[in-house]
Amino acid sequence: MTTNIPVQEPGHNEPGVTDEASNLELKEVEGLSQGQIVRRRFFRHKGAVIAMIVLAAIILLSTTSVGVTIGPWRTPGWWPFTWDALTPVENRTRPSLAHPFGQDEVGRDIFALVMRGTQQSLSVMFIAGIIATVIGVVIGALSGYYRKAIDSVLMRFTDVIITIPIIVIGAVLGVAFGSLGASVLGVVIGLFSWTSLARLVRAEFLSLREREFVDAARVAGARDRRIIFRHILPNTVGVIIVNSTLLMAAAILLETALSFLGFGVQSPDTSLGKIISDNQAAFATRPWLFWWPGLFIIAIALCINFIGDGLRDAFDPRQKRMPSARALAKGKGANAVTGDVAAANAPIASDLSERDGGQGTR
Amino acid sequence: MSQPILEVENLVVTFGHGRHAKTVISDVSFALHAGETLSMVGESGSGKTTIGRAILGLAPVSGGTVRYRGETISNISRNARRKIAREVQVIFQDPYSSLNPSMRIEDILVEPMAAAGVGGGRARVRELLDAVGLPSDAASRYPREFSGGQRQRIAIARALALEPSVIICDEPTSALDVTTQARVLKLLKDIQDATGVAYLFISHDLGVVHNISDRIAVLYRGEIVELDDARTVAMHPKDEYTRKLQMAAPVADPQLQKERRSARRAVLFGSTA
Repeated sequence: MTTNIPVQEPGHNEPGVTDEASNLELKEVEGLSQGQIVRRRFFRHKGAVIAMIVLAAIILLSTTSVGVTIGPWRTPGWWPFTWDALTPVENRTRPSLAHPFGQDEVGRDIFALVMRGTQQSLSVMFIAGIIATVIGVVIGALSGYYRKAIDSVLMRFTDVIITIPIIVIGAVLGVAFGSLGASVLGVVIGLFSWTSLARLVRAEFLSLREREFVDAARVAGARDRRIIFRHILPNTVGVIIVNSTLLMAAAILLETALSFLGFGVQSPDTSLGKIISDNQAAFATRPWLFWWPGLFIIAIALCINFIGDGLRDAFDPRQKRMPSARALAKGKGANAVTGDVAAANAPIASDLSERDGGQGTR
Repeated sequence: MSQPILEVENLVVTFGHGRHAKTVISDVSFALHAGETLSMVGESGSGKTTIGRAILGLAPVSGGTVRYRGETISNISRNARRKIAREVQVIFQDPYSSLNPSMRIEDILVEPMAAAGVGGGRARVRELLDAVGLPSDAASRYPREFSGGQRQRIAIARALALEPSVIICDEPTSALDVTTQARVLKLLKDIQDATGVAYLFISHDLGVVHNISDRIAVLYRGEIVELDDARTVAMHPKDEYTRKLQMAAPVADPQLQKERRSARRAVLFGSTA
């Protein structure tokens, strides 16, 4: 997980890394905790930071505009229409000042619907992500640490789960119980999408349990639980976080697919996939009915993927140093999305970073 | 030197089962007395590390017994092992792999005490760092910020945390460069003088162990071929394998090295003829 460059022996650099570069990196990591280094690297990943801001904006927008509805409780929102209120159809359902996203044929406001759908899709995503992460980590850790019989049983179980297509599970449950609410859907998706994470965590445990620091803990008399949670698990956090975010991106797409097929969130409630499915006949005539939900699906999935990407780079021990803003601008050329800003700031930013050891680029 | 502190009797270590079983250690016996340094030397694969691991309970003991102060500690439960942890500690070969990269030095040093349920905790950390010659501000840092020699000092501090009476040193200097090696060896010696701890020192280098050992055991293919005074083994080896091992270590003087090389050839040639 860490760099292998000793502090006081500059002659021991890895090939290809100049003394200066590695000293800079060392100066930068000196005295920082693992978490601080990761945070610093993450915030230097422009795509990930932008994605995080956009995602936060989407969450804020969707929860404040139409309010949050949990069971009988409903918080008020600043948007004049609610997602389930029927209003007179104006402007032949086209986008107008009152209804910027348009209306559907029964007069519901599409903006309010999309906001509600976004809430539902996000909650499915988070519930599924958390459940899948917990199950995946526990199963992976147990089979990687104990090996032998426990490993065989758990991994065969994992193989079985992998072979079950989750779309089919969703469909069967949807048919059996009619509608699955967002939270139930999240639980179902979570229960069936932990397999890849479990395998990755198991692989990490298999390799880490042979390291000498684990032997040292064992010699010191540490119990299994202590070794697993205190000695091995913290060293696998990178793998876990990165894969959970990717899992969440997959979950939101899966939710959309299930709702589109009619097995996910059901009327009168709505989700992004369901809005598209409800209006699929309007594709040629009133495209705004599914462009907006489609846009939000893509935006959320992209944000999550970008954040996962940034986290992976931040946790990657081989990636010791983020390239300077100047190098980034040079590499990307002028076609980058943030190119203008980066290029404009580059000379100042990289000068700063060279002077104070790379800390000025934030 | 009345009762030995650590006794190994007819130790057998076998890996694998049935047809795949491979006996790595066969019938090894020795005793370690309080405050002494006993070295195990031998080539790669001679089983010296395995003996250390068997004593620590990290390798399976298939036969024979290991006794600490007369009490059997081989094949005991994890709970019983925990008590022994306070008495028998270890320093591993690779200081890059033996320190948990996600823990601060402070936590690494407190860990054995916490696991064994011994008090002292954080106050003891400064004491330990002081004992191995590291500044006390090292406590809040991470292992990656230290060099190999410094890391090995931290590993030594961790081994000292529970004030053990035996430390198994598994090639603690082989991953270090020569000057650092000398400093770490001196540190180990100083600690022994101060605390009276006994070392079981495992090494492949007869030259390294010669100066710090009281006695040396030479291992070959899982058996002890010679066990005697350090001086006797290093200077006047009786066993032929020990002689070969001694010849294999290079000396810094080219003239001497030349002589040694021809002498070694003679031994090797003589043994095959």
